[in-house]
Amino acid sequence: MIAAGQTPLAVSLAATAASLLLLFVVFELIRSRRLRERYALLWVLTGLVLLVLSAWRGGLNQIAGWLGVSTYPPAVLFAVALLFVLAVLLHYSTVISKLADQNVILAQRVALLELELTERQPPALSSLQSEVSAPVAPES
Amino acid sequence: MKRIAIIPAFNEQGAIGGVIDELVAFDPEVDVLVVDDASHDATADRARRHGARVITLPFNLGIGGAVQTGFRYAAQYGYELAIRVDGDGQHDPGELGPLIDIVVSGQADVCVGSRFAGAEGYRSSATRRVGIRILARTVSLLTAQRLTDTTSGFQVLNRRAIELFAADYPHDYPEVEAAVMAHKHRLRLAEAPVRMRERTTGQSSIRGALSVYYMAKVMLAIVIGSLRRKATPLEDA
Repeated sequence: MIAAGQTPLAVSLAATAASLLLLFVVFELIRSRRLRERYALLWVLTGLVLLVLSAWRGGLNQIAGWLGVSTYPPAVLFAVALLFVLAVLLHYSTVISKLADQNVILAQRVALLELELTERQPPALSSLQSEVSAPVAPES
Repeated sequence: MKRIAIIPAFNEQGAIGGVIDELVAFDPEVDVLVVDDASHDATADRARRHGARVITLPFNLGIGGAVQTGFRYAAQYGYELAIRVDGDGQHDPGELGPLIDIVVSGQADVCVGSRFAGAEGYRSSATRRVGIRILARTVSLLTAQRLTDTTSGFQVLNRRAIELFAADYPHDYPEVEAAVMAHKHRLRLAEAPVRMRERTTGQSSIRGALSVYYMAKVMLAIVIGSLRRKATPLEDA
């Protein structure tokens, strides 16, 4: 058996506190409706996993041993945190892409409706308007 | 046959009027639709004065989003033939005849006016020509068909193509991806040689460092696009 390193108590306490703080902030954001549950799930999962790995020192030492991280087990904590942050970012990229697509569709439909609306106006009125707004300036 | 000319335009106040006049001179029966992609100048106003119908987008969508707006309009109002012309005056509507013939006679669903299919070359910077060639080669490979100019926005499309592109059209700089998409949906592509004029006003939207981004993005899109079984699922439109 490889002589696994031990997680210093201070590191464990600090990481536990940070995980709890993360979970608290996420719950608070959900409670105040600034974060939808749907997008908070990954954050909650991140907080829980980090909390377990931070508080349960024996477990972290064990996992570090399996992975061959013999000198400094908290490195595993960083690696796990980094992976979760990457997952959250990727998730957000997909969310942004979807929003951008929907935004395009909305803009196109609004523009089509606008044309339909102006064409329904009595011709006298619309020609009068184009006279008034004479040289430049499209209506904003 | 009910036909529409779709002209995407962004800050083309200097050229748009001439484009509309030339289109109407070529075909007095055509309905001209200008899609004003949130221009800062008087593009929309000039277009209206020259008798075009104008759709003004609430904010800039890029050429793909603007052109698709035109296809949506064409699909909604039952047009059977769509003519796509750029708003900068590079395309000469007088050259439309052969393109229209190929589509109307049913030889193809989409006919693209190619700068390189004919004998006469197209004057442009060397890097730009190389880029256009690489894209054309790649698309030819993916569609198993010889295409010489996949970045041309001078096109004639029938009802099937209008409906497909109204429902789903690529973003940003769409022509290359659209060619692959059309092939995936079993639309028939064809090319006819055209001459293009030097642009007289405005600037190409693709230049400098942007063209590197453009090439990378388009290559990614067409390679992945060709791996999709059916482009994207058609949204309700």
